[in-house]
Amino acid sequence: MKFERYGTGIVKGMALTLKHLFRAPITVQYPDEKLNISRRTRGNELVWFPEKCTGCGTCTKACLQGNIILVTHRGEESKFIVDKFELDSGRCIFCGLCVESCPYNALAMGLSYECAKYSRKDLVLSKERLAVSNDHQPSAYYRPQFDDQLPDQSLLLYDRDKGGQKLKFLPLSKRKRGSGA
Amino acid sequence: MPIKTEQFYLNVGPQHPSTHGVFRLRLSLDGEVVTDVEPIIGYLHRGIEKLAESRTYTQIIPLTDRLDYLASMTDNVAYCLAVEKLAGIKIPERAEYIRVIFSELMRISSHMMAVGFYLNDCGAFFTPVLYMWREREKIIDLFDMVCGQRLLYNYMRVGGVSQDVPDEFLPAIKKFVAEMPRYIGEYNQLIKQNEIFLARSKGVGILPKETAVNIGASGPVLRASGVKWDIRKMDPYSIYDRFDFEVPTGEAGDCYDRYWVRIQEMTQSLRIIEQAINQIPAKGPICSEVPQFFRPPPGETYGYIEAPKGNLGFYIVSDGSIAPYRLHIYPPTLINITALKDMMIGWKVADLIIIFGSMDVVLGEIDR
Repeated sequence: MKFERYGTGIVKGMALTLKHLFRAPITVQYPDEKLNISRRTRGNELVWFPEKCTGCGTCTKACLQGNIILVTHRGEESKFIVDKFELDSGRCIFCGLCVESCPYNALAMGLSYECAKYSRKDLVLSKERLAVSNDHQPSAYYRPQFDDQLPDQSLLLYDRDKGGQKLKFLPLSKRKRGSGA
Repeated sequence: MPIKTEQFYLNVGPQHPSTHGVFRLRLSLDGEVVTDVEPIIGYLHRGIEKLAESRTYTQIIPLTDRLDYLASMTDNVAYCLAVEKLAGIKIPERAEYIRVIFSELMRISSHMMAVGFYLNDCGAFFTPVLYMWREREKIIDLFDMVCGQRLLYNYMRVGGVSQDVPDEFLPAIKKFVAEMPRYIGEYNQLIKQNEIFLARSKGVGILPKETAVNIGASGPVLRASGVKWDIRKMDPYSIYDRFDFEVPTGEAGDCYDRYWVRIQEMTQSLRIIEQAINQIPAKGPICSEVPQFFRPPPGETYGYIEAPKGNLGFYIVSDGSIAPYRLHIYPPTLINITALKDMMIGWKVADLIIIFGSMDVVLGEIDR
C-alpha cells in the first residue's frame, strides 16, 4: 500500500487519545462507589408476598426451567395454604416470566446483585428467605406500584450524576477493597 | 534443488482469544501460508432447538436471548415475528415503533462490538474497544432501564412488547441520537486513516461478489462485497417501509469494506431511530391480547429479519398444541463462516486472525 503522507493518520488518532487523557473518568471504583441500578432490575432473589399468594401455581407453570416448587394443602373454606415455596436460584435464569404471569401480584423480582454463596445448598431459597422484609425489597419489574419508592437509575448518558452519585476520582491510598461506600 | 517440506497442521482454538468464543480452526500450513482451513464447530451446543419443543411459545423467548448474546433484542423480534405470522396476530402501532427503535439500537451496539473486536484482532489491543464500549454502555443503560437486564433482555412478546417504556426513556434516547454522530466522528478519526490499520486490512480476505451470493452470505459481509441486499428494503417486515434510509455497500469485499459498511450502517440506524422517535404514537396499547398458553393453528411458517449480523430466520412447525412441533433457527453467522475457506487460503496466519475477526462471529448463534 502507498500513502501520500505516511503517519498523518496515526498522528490524528494520537491527538484524540491525548484529548481523552485530560477528561474525567467515566468508570466508578465499584466496591467503594455504587451506581443506582435500573428500577426494573431483574435482580437476584425473588420477593414473595405471603399474604397475597393464593397458591394457584401459575408461576410454576410459567417457569421454563421448572424451577419453582410449590406444595399446598386445602385449609378452611377450601383455600390453598402454602406449605412449601422453594426456588433454586442456581438454576434460575432471571427471565421474569413468573412475575409476569402472577395474577395476584404476589411475586416480584429482587433488587440485589451480590448474592454469591459458598455452597450450592445455600442457593436454594426457602419460603422464609423469599418473603418480603426490610432488607429484601421488590423491584418495579412488572410491578409499577413500586416505581415511586425506588431511586432514579444513574445513566452514563447524563454523566451518571442524575440520581446517582457524582463521579469522583479516589486516590490510590483510599481504595480499599470491601470497605463499602 | 528445493528443500522438501512437509505440511504442518495447526489448531487455532477452541480456547483462543481471537476466536471470540469456543471455535476451532484446523489449519494446514505451508510455512506460514494457509493451504487449507477446516472450521470445527459445536463446542457451545446447548440444544436450543430441541429444548424449544418442550416449552410453550412464550417460554422460548428467553431461549432466543441466548442465540446471539450480543444482539438479543433482534433475536426476540425475529422469533416473535415468526410466531405472529403463524398465528396471524396484529400488533399495536406503538409496539411496532418500540420494536424498530430497539432493533436499531441493538444494531448500533452490535456493530460497535464487531468493529471494536475487529481492531483488537488487528493488534490495537483494547483501546478502540473501550472507546466503543463507552457508547455501547449508554445503549445498554437504556435497555436496562426498559427491560431490567443488560444483555439477556426477554423484552419482546408474541403480540407486542412486554412493558411500556418509562417516561424518562424518550428524552434519553433523543439525547443519545443527538450526540452519537460526534462519537462516530471520533471513531473515524481514530481508525479510518490509520496507516497500520489500512495496510493490514485493505485487500485482505477478499470475498468476491459471486462467492458471497453462492454461499448465501448475508448482512454486512454480503453488502461489503457490493451486493445491495437488505431485507429491511427488499422485503420490508414490521414497519420498515415507512422509514427513509440507505443501504451502504462496499466495493472490494475486503476486511476494510466490512469495517466501513458497519460504521456507515450505524449512521443509517441513527437516521431510522430519529424518524421513529418523531413518528411514535404518544400513548396506546403495547401488546395485543394473547393468552399465556396460546395455541396457534396447525401449519408451518418461516419468518426472517435483518439482524445485525445478517439474515436471521425462524422456521416454526405447529401441530396446534401449546409447544411448537419443530423450531429451526437459520443463523446468519453459521452461513457466513462457510466462506472462510474461500477467504483464508493463501493468506498468512496473522491475516487469518484479521479475516476471522472481520466476520463478526458470535458462537452462541453458530452452535445454538
